[in-house]
Amino acid sequence: MIRIQNVVERPHRVELTVNGQPISAFAGESVAVALLAAGIRILRLSPRAETPRGLLCMMGTCQECIVRIDGRITQACLEPARDGLVIDLGGAQNG
Amino acid sequence: MGDYPATDPSEPVELVVIGAGPAGTAAAVAASRAGIDTLIIDEARTAGGQVYRALPPEMPVTNAAGLGPDHGVGERLRHELSASPVRAAFGHRVWHVAPGGWVRAVGPQGLKSWRAQRMIVATGTVERIMPFPGWTTPGVIGLAAATILVKAQQVLPGRAVVVAGCGPLVAAVAAAILKGGGQVAAIVDLAGPGEWLAAMPALASRPDLLARGIGWLGRIRAAGVPIFFRHTVISAEGTESVTAALLQPIDDTGRPRDGRSRRIEADAIVIGHGLVPSTDVTRLLRLDHAYVPERGGWVVIRDEVCRTSDKRVYVAGDGAGISGALAAEIEGKLGGLTAAFDLGRLDHATYEYAVTEARPTLHRARRFGNAMGRMMALRTGLLDVARTDTVVCRCEDVSRGEIEAALADGADDMNRLKSWTRCGMGPCQGRFCGAAAATLVARPAGGREAAGTWTARVPIRPVPYEAFVADYRYEDLPFFTAGH
Repeated sequence: MIRIQNVVERPHRVELTVNGQPISAFAGESVAVALLAAGIRILRLSPRAETPRGLLCMMGTCQECIVRIDGRITQACLEPARDGLVIDLGGAQNG
Repeated sequence: MGDYPATDPSEPVELVVIGAGPAGTAAAVAASRAGIDTLIIDEARTAGGQVYRALPPEMPVTNAAGLGPDHGVGERLRHELSASPVRAAFGHRVWHVAPGGWVRAVGPQGLKSWRAQRMIVATGTVERIMPFPGWTTPGVIGLAAATILVKAQQVLPGRAVVVAGCGPLVAAVAAAILKGGGQVAAIVDLAGPGEWLAAMPALASRPDLLARGIGWLGRIRAAGVPIFFRHTVISAEGTESVTAALLQPIDDTGRPRDGRSRRIEADAIVIGHGLVPSTDVTRLLRLDHAYVPERGGWVVIRDEVCRTSDKRVYVAGDGAGISGALAAEIEGKLGGLTAAFDLGRLDHATYEYAVTEARPTLHRARRFGNAMGRMMALRTGLLDVARTDTVVCRCEDVSRGEIEAALADGADDMNRLKSWTRCGMGPCQGRFCGAAAATLVARPAGGREAAGTWTARVPIRPVPYEAFVADYRYEDLPFFTAGH
């Protein structure tokens, strides 16, 4: 379990869909953290060499964590996890 | 830039502060208290910047002792801001800034534009990570990123983490992971014990912070974490995700030297090679800059009270050179007061008193922060960890070999390198490859000054296409209805 216990409460569970599969996360987490906690490391492939990429800076600068959320190219580290979000990994290469 | 049409839809404001970290928040509060109509803009949901980033409101704190003293400082800053008359545009990403006071941002309601009489730039830093084989593998993340994960999201970067790099964040992150119940597989510090000892007199200028550092070390020692001084990560193993880090001893410049390499199994490598001041806004404003390695790289030239080469623009905090969060807050206050004074809204005696009063505290904070800045200065020999096929520009997959081929063909400055190879042309706009690319260009060019910088371009951050595509006709555009 990579979520740190005993410092904050996580009262609201949210359900996301990632490449068609359901994952659970908690309100207040970013989509990047929801994916990390679900064990999903590869967020996309790089545009030219097509090597796996994951989150890097967590502050909206590096653009490595761009994924499609509800069809829109979005930085996963800046987007709060909300109930019902549909996340498409590997769909952001051609953006 | 006096050629904007009379129908410029920008909202006038006396002062715009860009960035709501400790510098920007203190600047906005100080100026607004002097009666200045002040707007603060930040991409985040609340003030605090990266160092004092707030926990999400959806996660109420049950154990404040688990958060450390930074949490309290952040809460104080946020309280001071909300108790002030400052107008805040949170959730707004600044994508365009122009000399003359124009600031444009994209937010939840689309594009916003302001025209400010004065501007305070407090945009902080980005982390420098020098490329090494495997550094694009998922599971390799920045030290600053790990800080955000652990402190602001209460999540560990992995189950067994190698923490590597330089400066105080290495021990801070390792201690935070341990405190959160995680396992630190190894600590890898570019510096040797001698460098830390040499920094001690300056660190002792802030005994409170020194004590915190000693506390981190105590936790690390108690956990039995192996510490490798004068080492760097020369490779990350794993294809789909990190499985191990390979370490090697380094010399003074950061270049790997002969000696025993070690393999440490880990599912995450947290690494940072120092902080680089964000100069995208200040370069766009065409302010004067200088290359000062011990302050992080290219920094804007400004005086003690944050005035720059443009009398309408002030720069405060780490964005003007690494001095740390404490100095940033004091600088921000001085910048805000100076803007108020320059706008004629603060009398000379009050202003001089405030500056004089702040000076000793600022001096102490800077002494500490500058010592940390020196620890985090770029070690150019680290670049020799990168092999010919190692990607330098992550966005465009440009390798060290491709860059060196362009240099051999005569690419003699950063912009030429960019147009020949696409290095720095991707969506991060050169923020993550800039230091490594410039180090490579500087070798044949004869130094970083000769290598120059990428030309700052708008949008300085990516903007969603739909923000520009609205429900209007061509002739509705103000630029074209104003003139002929």
